[in-house]
Amino acid sequence: MTLMILRRVLSTIFVMAFVAFFVFGLLYLAPGDPAALIAGDLATAADIERIRASLGLDRPFHTQFLSWLGGVLQGDLGTSIFSNRPVSQLIAQRIEPTLALATTTIVFSVIIAVPMGIVAAWRAGSWVDRLVMGFAVLGFSVPVFVFAYVLIIIFAAQLQLVPVMGYVSIFENPAGFFRSIALPTVALGVTYIALIARITRASMLEAINQDYIRTAHAKGLGIVAILFRHALRNASVPIVTTIGIGIALLIGGVVVTESVFAIPGLGRLTVDAILRRDYPIIQAVILIFSAIYVLINLAIDAAYIALDPRIRY
Amino acid sequence: MKVRPTVRLAAAALVASLLSGTALAETVLKIVPQADLKNLDPVWTTASITQNHGYMVYDVLFAMDSNLQPQPQMVADWSVSDDNLTWTFTLRDGLTFHDGSPVEASDVVASIERWAQKRSEGQAMMERMDELSATDAKTFTMKLNKPFGPMLQTLAAPTLPLVIMRAEEAATDPNEQVSEIIGSGPFVFDADAWVPGDRVVYRKFEDYVPRDEPSDGFAGGKVVNVDTVEWIYIPDTNTATQALQSGQVDVYEIPPMDLVPVLQADPDITVKVLDTLGKMGHIRPNHLYPPFNDPRARQALKLLVDQPEFLAAQVGNPDFETVCFSVFMCNSAFETDAYSEPYSKPNPERAKELLAEAGYDFDNPQPLVVMLPTDQQIIYNNILVMVGKLQEIGVNVDAQSMDWSTLTSRRARTDDPVESPNVGWHIFPTWWTGVNMASPITNQPLVTTGDPVSAWFGWPKDEEIENLRTQFLDAGTEEEQKAVIDALQKRFYEFIPYINTGQFLTPVAWRSSVTDVPEALLFVPWNLKKES
Repeated sequence: MTLMILRRVLSTIFVMAFVAFFVFGLLYLAPGDPAALIAGDLATAADIERIRASLGLDRPFHTQFLSWLGGVLQGDLGTSIFSNRPVSQLIAQRIEPTLALATTTIVFSVIIAVPMGIVAAWRAGSWVDRLVMGFAVLGFSVPVFVFAYVLIIIFAAQLQLVPVMGYVSIFENPAGFFRSIALPTVALGVTYIALIARITRASMLEAINQDYIRTAHAKGLGIVAILFRHALRNASVPIVTTIGIGIALLIGGVVVTESVFAIPGLGRLTVDAILRRDYPIIQAVILIFSAIYVLINLAIDAAYIALDPRIRY
Repeated sequence: MKVRPTVRLAAAALVASLLSGTALAETVLKIVPQADLKNLDPVWTTASITQNHGYMVYDVLFAMDSNLQPQPQMVADWSVSDDNLTWTFTLRDGLTFHDGSPVEASDVVASIERWAQKRSEGQAMMERMDELSATDAKTFTMKLNKPFGPMLQTLAAPTLPLVIMRAEEAATDPNEQVSEIIGSGPFVFDADAWVPGDRVVYRKFEDYVPRDEPSDGFAGGKVVNVDTVEWIYIPDTNTATQALQSGQVDVYEIPPMDLVPVLQADPDITVKVLDTLGKMGHIRPNHLYPPFNDPRARQALKLLVDQPEFLAAQVGNPDFETVCFSVFMCNSAFETDAYSEPYSKPNPERAKELLAEAGYDFDNPQPLVVMLPTDQQIIYNNILVMVGKLQEIGVNVDAQSMDWSTLTSRRARTDDPVESPNVGWHIFPTWWTGVNMASPITNQPLVTTGDPVSAWFGWPKDEEIENLRTQFLDAGTEEEQKAVIDALQKRFYEFIPYINTGQFLTPVAWRSSVTDVPEALLFVPWNLKKES
């Protein structure tokens, strides 16, 4: 396993180098110009050209890429074209809300979805099963922002139990944190609950029809022990895979939730940067996302070994 | 009963914190701004949100009152020689930068020189400047080689204002951002609290000395009655509206038109137009290539415009729409609808004839490249209507969707749109701030030098308009100015450098706990009060 982890970490370097080059190339080729946006509506072509030169955007591709790569290798992710602030500082400001939202969402989703999926499989074909599957279809079909608006209107605007928008750091105000993160977590979690509950149900259905489950029944084990100790353990690999993919998707896919609830996270930072062609931010964020994806995949593979001793790499 | 020391200590700390909390309770005004503040230098960029930031942090020499008349702000006295060639200005007492250093005339001179390089009216002023110098710590002098009529209007420019920086920052190349934001305005920018894309925080500048005159527009005394102003950027308009209604924020600078009725119906919310000039919908043809290098083709575009229809698409709320044929905006000092009669009603048949006369072949129609910015709702809706109108008369439209960032870079390209349809262009839309459009000097798309480098995109060329703009600079009296305006309006409707699609207003919404809001062109947080 140690060798596998070492191999994966080494391969991460090549993956990230490729991602860095690919993203830089794509951005270089993409239409749009930050200098034109900075200069604004009143600017002329000459104004734009002067700003482009001062930002170094008129240099050839290889010069820009090597200059950026040199900085990255020394731990300097560059400076935002617009705000003139270090990209590392901007990311540091934004990473906590995104990680917090992703964590609360995945924890909330797993706590709700896994038992739902187990119960649906156990009572397959019953009204409980149909209810769970009906919820899963709803969770997949209704866009996150619709859930978000409904939650805001009921719980924030009408009942005033939680704030409409904003983020409070857990380190500054734990109670405020849970109040501010509650609605985004539920809104974002609905899709993941649907996803994980469906996978759990399907995996559990396959497991509980196996001979060893019949044996467990025959020897008089209780239903909780059968479902959780025997069936769930054997059904866990696809569930863990789904949760892992869910975490990876959450890190980069919280844009809508962050926008609706005005949470200053990485998703919004990335979208704003793309719309304004703030290249240093886009490059850095994608680099970080790719590293996170690789590490999450590594963690999932390691979890397989822990959950199923038959798996070898 | 004995109380353990630790318990007593904790109780004392709790009481102390509660008491201190009461004593230190500060008034925080929370504003949802019109956009996210991405950069901080109001000279480097022309983004309007950065201009608003400039008004918070920096002070100005002159400012417009509610009647758009220039009034002194940092200036105490000024005089002009009989030949109108020498202007002398004296700064008022008590002007201090946020770092504690005094504002001196040398700071003002350096600030004017930097600002003028980026502003059309500033460039016009500097072209007539023989010498700009600080006579002493509080006095600066301008020696001109030719009279410059709109001197005070230029120094009081309400958009893209002439902000006064320290000489150190003002020495920065205007194409680079200043490294420190230190002004002498009523608020101090809290750099540590700034989270781009989320929050900007301004603290009251305790040493700011307001003028004695009452508040009037941007002019008069700027008395700050709140301790802190926070700009909280909320990208989702529904969320921002809910946040205002629930009291989580106090002001929503530009609520979306479709939600304005919701806010108007809320008894705790005031909805009011502060910028009475508003904005003008705008369509720009490319004057370098056929068919729009021929005035008849541009006249055809104008004849396709039914302003109520275009305004309905752009705004969708008649309370905030104005059909306007005045080149220099309606409700402005230079409002006139003279010579606009031929265009008062749309005439698609005549438009088709004019396009054909201009050389457009309706039997073998060449595609006209129209750029559609899909992420700018008002502008996008504006051009969609024009695309429909062109197609109705048989024009072959190559409508290319793109984001605003792509459009802003592509509109600078002068390539032939027939030879390079993915690079060049025939038409693009935008909108303009009314204050900019209201003067021949600041009306940027009216510049008709035709120079692809120094003129605005579209590059119209017309010596008559340029001569009239110069005459406006020479005009010393209001009557002379109005005569030039009349001539410009006449020539505008012959030449058609661009197509106006209607004037619209954008209201501001604030909670009733906020009172005495100044009637300036934008929401400014001085002189107002907020109930705790």
